[in-house]
Amino acid sequence: MNRIGKFIVLDILKNKIVLVYTLILAILSWSVFSLEDNSTKGLLTLLNVILLTVPLVSVIFSTIYIYNSSEFIELLLSQPIRRSKIWFSLFFGLSISLLLAFFIGAGIPILFYAPSDVGIMMLLVGIFITVVFVAIAFLSSIATRDKAKGIGIAILLWMFFALLFDGVVLFLIFQFADYPIEKIMVGITALNPIDLARILILLHLDVSAMMGYTGAIFKNFFGNQVGIIAAFTILLLWVAVPFLISLRKFRKKDL
Amino acid sequence: MIEINNLSKNFARLKVLNNVSLSCNQGECIALIGPNGCGKTTLIKSILGMVIPTEGTIKFKDTFITNNFEYRNHIGYMPQIGRYPDNMSIGQILDMIKELRKSDIPIDEDLFHQFKLKDILNKKMRTLSGGTTQKVSATLAFLFNPDVLILDEPTAGLDPLASEILKEKIIAEKKKGKLILITSHLLSELDDLVTQIIFMQDGNVQFHKTVDELKSSTGEEKISKAIAHILKNNTHE
Amino acid sequence: MKVKFLTFFFLILSQFAHSKVLEVGQNKSFKKIKDALAQAINGDTILIHQGIYKEGNIIVDKEVTLIGKNWPILDGQKKYEILSIKSNNTVITGFRVENSGYATLDDPGAIKVYEANHVTVCDNILDDNFFGIYLQYCKNTVVKNNRIKAYGVEEQQIGNGIHCWKSDSLQIIGNRISGHRDGIYFEFVTNSVIWRNISTKNIRYGLHFMFSNNDAYITNVFKNNGAGVAVMFTKNVTMINNTFEENWGDASYGLFLKEISDSYIFGNTFIRNTSGIHMEGTSRIKVEKNVFESNGWGMKIQASCMENEVVTNNFIANTFDISTNGSLVLNTFNGNYWDKYDGYDLDRNHIGDVPYHPLSLFSVIVENNPPAMLLFRSFMVTLLDKSEKMIPSLTPDNFIDNTPLMHSVDL
Repeated sequence: MNRIGKFIVLDILKNKIVLVYTLILAILSWSVFSLEDNSTKGLLTLLNVILLTVPLVSVIFSTIYIYNSSEFIELLLSQPIRRSKIWFSLFFGLSISLLLAFFIGAGIPILFYAPSDVGIMMLLVGIFITVVFVAIAFLSSIATRDKAKGIGIAILLWMFFALLFDGVVLFLIFQFADYPIEKIMVGITALNPIDLARILILLHLDVSAMMGYTGAIFKNFFGNQVGIIAAFTILLLWVAVPFLISLRKFRKKDL
Repeated sequence: MIEINNLSKNFARLKVLNNVSLSCNQGECIALIGPNGCGKTTLIKSILGMVIPTEGTIKFKDTFITNNFEYRNHIGYMPQIGRYPDNMSIGQILDMIKELRKSDIPIDEDLFHQFKLKDILNKKMRTLSGGTTQKVSATLAFLFNPDVLILDEPTAGLDPLASEILKEKIIAEKKKGKLILITSHLLSELDDLVTQIIFMQDGNVQFHKTVDELKSSTGEEKISKAIAHILKNNTHE
Repeated sequence: MKVKFLTFFFLILSQFAHSKVLEVGQNKSFKKIKDALAQAINGDTILIHQGIYKEGNIIVDKEVTLIGKNWPILDGQKKYEILSIKSNNTVITGFRVENSGYATLDDPGAIKVYEANHVTVCDNILDDNFFGIYLQYCKNTVVKNNRIKAYGVEEQQIGNGIHCWKSDSLQIIGNRISGHRDGIYFEFVTNSVIWRNISTKNIRYGLHFMFSNNDAYITNVFKNNGAGVAVMFTKNVTMINNTFEENWGDASYGLFLKEISDSYIFGNTFIRNTSGIHMEGTSRIKVEKNVFESNGWGMKIQASCMENEVVTNNFIANTFDISTNGSLVLNTFNGNYWDKYDGYDLDRNHIGDVPYHPLSLFSVIVENNPPAMLLFRSFMVTLLDKSEKMIPSLTPDNFIDNTPLMHSVDL
């Protein structure tokens, strides 16, 4: 890791919000696992955390942090440092700190109580979701100079992916109930990283139900090795594409 | 040393720099003056690569600065309002910049000592007053013995004592044959410093003259008066 | 060991009956089984020694005991039905029967019993046959401890492991069947018992059961079959202590019940099936003290079912505990343990104080609109389910367990 990244990580780790985030994740994870007698229920609670809280915190915290770093970025820009390096360092710094928070808060309890394939998948998916929403934060904070607007865009994007998108999909499913739309639906889900993450976990958590009629189609698609690689490639694209777009914009941005 | 050719910059529809061409050389101490919003800071930021010009080119030591960052090794920049990461202390900022630069050039810590920053090394940046922040900015700008110093309103916010220390430092650096670019509103401060004046208005360079030329053409002894004289004449025309 | 003991036993028995033992083998008086059979009379024992016998179709039409010693191989060369038993009181034991012929018209089997009573087929190994053991019009026949294996890929290309048709008082005990179309097939078979069999990896059903009244199947394992177990068009069936496991797939069930009545399902374990039990048009069935664990759907009860009782079962870690396709509820649920129940027990009588609605809104949605499964466990769906739990509006409100247990039943 480069030196700027190190400074950023150290700076974020001192940030109270990240500490609180870690603490909340930890309290939540340890309590759901120790209160429930089977780990499946604990995993279910964590699933909702991973699908809602993790993206929300990742995207909003990162957006705010990027805006608040404008001075820092300015300071660095007057130094002999490549622009893209600054942006990359910021990205790695944010990702690593939030991943660390996620891993300490949720990862350790998962590994402790549910070191099964569901647990591992959850950990992986949580990691990807964190980084994806950090990347989305970069996109929303480069979109406008106005901090309030930027945070607004970040929240809207989160709402869209976490809530609205599913509503649209449900609507489509009801509208086209008479048509064989399963395969198209698989494609549509790939457009939402949260849904993709959820289905990856579902395939492990509800494997019996997923062997049913529609489930089988997802299982066939996402369940085998090729599918899993495809799913993670798509998640990786969800990291790369927003970030690279933001990088392109940042390189041409006036500060 | 710095060659600016037909530089233009638009922010949306607003034209901030309009076909600016300038040439600054070693040993000169140039005051960049003009009313608020005339494009001074944009010009400086263009030189630093923080603002990407719409048109035109900038050469630093005969190389174009587009997509280049190494030339900034030779520039010390003191921003108008230095903004720093809140959580870091003065010591950490200095250490970080030193570590990032990792240069072999002997470090110039004159200002660091004179501003007595050592006593407040552990203070967090967010707790600092505007003046102290400016002291940090100034220290950073001079730290690596750069060939070019770009100072944006250097004395604004500094107390008279600190202001004097900074001036002394600028004069000392000037004597070493460095190129110094200063923007300032306080024209009176510039008297004993500058050798040349660039006057900008509405994104245009109105004139670029040596101080001597200016004084002789206007018959005034002080820069501030000389400028005032020109402005008056301009409005009369 | 078992074979040796049986051999000994039958040898003694044959001595007492004043019958003779005919030996078949390389250095014995008979080289061919058919020759020995031709010489035998009722009550004789034919002892067949190690070797490979390719004699085409062997017809056993005398009351004889055929004993294989050291697993003689009867090879059908993929052309013939191997053993055709057409006489009562026949015993077939200790053979390795391989490569029966394949035909869809007359269903050749490795061992086929035609209208015979008191036949015993035990301790044989059947490998790569079209049908394994085929019983038709039989009474009081025992099929015991056989290992029946085939390598079917397609339903049409392979017969059943143990196929019973129009028979009565059969005992199917301790067999292991895999790779056939149906592991065990019962059609028009009455008063019979299926006990301690293990039926796995069959292409269609582990057990296929139709028009067969007054039967019981007990302590069998049905695992990993194409579509689980089907019990159809039948009444008075007792199903006790069976394990239905990992019957996965579209239209796959642990147990599929269609048009059956007056039956009792007790103490079974349904684990990791797409659906634990799927009921269609069933009535007066009691489902008691079973475990439903980690199934996609614990029970799917279609609207055509009535007067069924679901009592004292454990529902644990199923994706959906219950699902139905209609709004009519004519079945009762009482005293079950539902791990999804989050009520309380203030009077400490181990029965939850608030009733439990085992039917989630989303399971109804998925039943009517399978692709909606895509959205399962999304925040919106969880929200829908929670709100429905609080104010039931779309799910039938009499679909209810009034006495849900706080702890799982010890079984």
